[in-house]
Amino acid sequence: MSDALLEVAELTVRFGGLIALSGVTFSVTKGSVHGLIGPNGAGKTTAFNLISGMTAPSSGTVRLGGATLDGLPTYARTARGLARTFQNIRMFREMSALENVMAGAHLGTAESLGAILCRLPAFRAQEKQAIKWAREILSLVGLADQAERPGGDLAYGDQRRLEIARALASDPKLLMLDEPAAGMNPSEKLGLIDLIKKLRARGLTLLLVEHDMHFVMKLCDRITVLNFGAKIAEGAPLDVRTTPTVIEAYLGTKVARGLEVKA
Amino acid sequence: MLVQQLLNGLLSGAVYALFALGFTLMFGVLGVINLTYGFYFSTGAFVALYATQYLHMPIFVALPFAAVITGIVAVIIDDLLLGPLRRAKAPELSSLMVTLGATLLLYSLMTACFTTDIRRFPPAVFNGGAFEIEGLRITLSQILIVVTVAIIVGGLAYLLQRTKLGLAIRAIAENGDAAQLMGVNAGGIVRIVSFISGALGGAAGVLIGLNYNAIQPYMGEMMMLKGFAVIILGGLGDIRGAVLAGFLLGILETLTAGYVASSIKDAVGFLLLVLTLWFRPVGLFGRVVAKRA
Amino acid sequence: MMHTLDNFLFTYQSLIYALGVNSLLALSMYVVLAVGQLSLGQAAFMGVGAYSSALLTLKFGVPFPVALVVAAAAPSLLAFVIGAPTLRLSGVYLAIATIGLGEVLRIFFLNWDYAGGALGLNGIPELAGFIWIFGALTIALAGFVAICRSRVGRAMEAIRADEAAAGVMGVNLPAYKLGALVVSAAIAGVAGAFNAHVSSFIGPNEYGFDAAVTILSFALLGGIGSPFGPVIGALVLTALPEALRPLHDYRLVINGLIIVCVVIYLPGGLLPWRISRIGARK
Repeated sequence: MSDALLEVAELTVRFGGLIALSGVTFSVTKGSVHGLIGPNGAGKTTAFNLISGMTAPSSGTVRLGGATLDGLPTYARTARGLARTFQNIRMFREMSALENVMAGAHLGTAESLGAILCRLPAFRAQEKQAIKWAREILSLVGLADQAERPGGDLAYGDQRRLEIARALASDPKLLMLDEPAAGMNPSEKLGLIDLIKKLRARGLTLLLVEHDMHFVMKLCDRITVLNFGAKIAEGAPLDVRTTPTVIEAYLGTKVARGLEVKA
Repeated sequence: MLVQQLLNGLLSGAVYALFALGFTLMFGVLGVINLTYGFYFSTGAFVALYATQYLHMPIFVALPFAAVITGIVAVIIDDLLLGPLRRAKAPELSSLMVTLGATLLLYSLMTACFTTDIRRFPPAVFNGGAFEIEGLRITLSQILIVVTVAIIVGGLAYLLQRTKLGLAIRAIAENGDAAQLMGVNAGGIVRIVSFISGALGGAAGVLIGLNYNAIQPYMGEMMMLKGFAVIILGGLGDIRGAVLAGFLLGILETLTAGYVASSIKDAVGFLLLVLTLWFRPVGLFGRVVAKRA
Repeated sequence: MMHTLDNFLFTYQSLIYALGVNSLLALSMYVVLAVGQLSLGQAAFMGVGAYSSALLTLKFGVPFPVALVVAAAAPSLLAFVIGAPTLRLSGVYLAIATIGLGEVLRIFFLNWDYAGGALGLNGIPELAGFIWIFGALTIALAGFVAICRSRVGRAMEAIRADEAAAGVMGVNLPAYKLGALVVSAAIAGVAGAFNAHVSSFIGPNEYGFDAAVTILSFALLGGIGSPFGPVIGALVLTALPEALRPLHDYRLVINGLIIVCVVIYLPGGLLPWRISRIGARK
């Protein structure tokens, strides 16, 4: 387990009387693509929010590269190498695609306030460097030709990719994608699979929440399954798919839904 | 002397509590700080004044009458100003700014209608009767205040804790979207809560108007500042906290006026506000306020 | 030519000064709105700047530039005390705390006999002038334009657009918000010092709630897409009541109406354009 990049241990959170996540433990191996799946309301996005620091846990710890992230605010976690996207896209809509990515590179751009105000050569050089870096990332995700357009004007699938680009801009160790394929058509999904493979090939570690099972099975090296806020299975895609508790969890919700319709 | 001070403090505290109740309920359920709330306070006082003066209502009829009218005014203002923003899902500060602008407008209108002269209830309403019990002076209007506040706070607690409507209101306060999914009629609840809050603010205005027998348009503005202190100290959206904090402020103010200096009495609220923000931003009972992203 | 200009300046002197001072105030509001916060303490910060500098020049004969530094520093300190606890919470806390601050400062100045109490301070030396006011305005505008087109400006816009997402990008939210509030207080303080040193009189009731809302209406009318918006808003709302005298009595009503209408119907303000998008030039 020494090659674990992200270690989540006994993570628990309560909202009011409701336990949204209870004692979840898993770890993500360096250089792997790790899937987090489960029926609706299983606590996947909650887990993402806890790991990225947007929600404070009731108990439990999160470690990145061996160092604890507990108690750190979101921006400090980003500085430690964490980046994420959102289930419902959260674009800076007025800013151009390029500026969105440059905003994502906030921590990597070292302009000092003095240099900015006096427009020193150092500032100009850094700004040039930032633009170059942002353009590189945009071409990596295939949006080089969209750089000038406002982020909010891009097509839906392109916005999802722009969000990934923005997250990549901070040069993270771990990239967390919350339902990256949601709302994409099949050809966009194929493009996304290619992109994620490309990112893994560059040595990036990925943790993703996704509903599309084909997508998950095709991409992930390892999968953690949540149900009702607790981990019910973990393993390689093929093993997980045949685990009885997992089948039950997914079937169970379908049965429940069927009943709901009848009632 | 101290007992008299405490008694006076409790009385003004009761009105602060009543005022803050509507204010904090509005925030808790509707998720906005509605700055026009102070205007409802003035409105209530003026409606009661006119009801007693020209309709010759006895005060215990004029009080609920004023509360109902103010509640209706609150619903209309909420619909006009905050309805469009709610539909556009505008950021929370937008609603704060709109109500801020509206406050200026409404007070100016009110001043244009009524001028800033101080008005008084007709003598028949305000006979200024008072008891002396072992040296303690209690006026009739003070008794009216205590009884009214007790009835309203008790009624509100019953409504929120024991009724179906109360359950729906609390569900919206907890999580508006989820409650709507479960079939709560959010639009209806918004109107009902606006009405209740407006009525509470209006009733508080009548009571303060009675207690000091001085009514003018801007009476709501000073009250708002105390209202802020009370709802922050009590914890934004926390009803129990608002009541307790209201009493606390009332007592601290009268003690400050009595033992330090009356000129700084009005600064006590702000001091409480800043201390709360520094040391206990979640308020007395530590209810965690849902942070809106 | 010089003579006509002199004449013009003399006739409209107080209006021209007011245009400059109000533009500075609008910019001070802009900095806070630019990070998605609402402060209603701008008038109070202005008042602290005005009183502190006026007391220094009037009672101690301190040179104006030194008084100006104090006028910037004193409200900044106050902004820090108010902002540090509140800016970690949601935006309504700062708004509420700053409304309270304004009212308490009014009570404070009203009761502070050394500073003239209710009568205010009279006979403040007229040390500021056209060069001071518009020099400061130019510097402030240029500074904000430079910031807009940098990493700091992008971070500020990101916070305004989506605070949580900006945090995930690594933007230190409390530091940015507090920084913006402190800078804004400093600018308002300087504007207050200028105001005191061109009008020779200041009083405790000039810096209340109404003034705070007026400053907000400058910024909202102009729009906060770029630093030019608030300045234009300030120019319009300062010049208009002068040009149309009857409007003067309804200033507050108009300001209120502007805020309501702009927020509901024109969220971008009169000048909704941003400083040009990077890459927008082909």
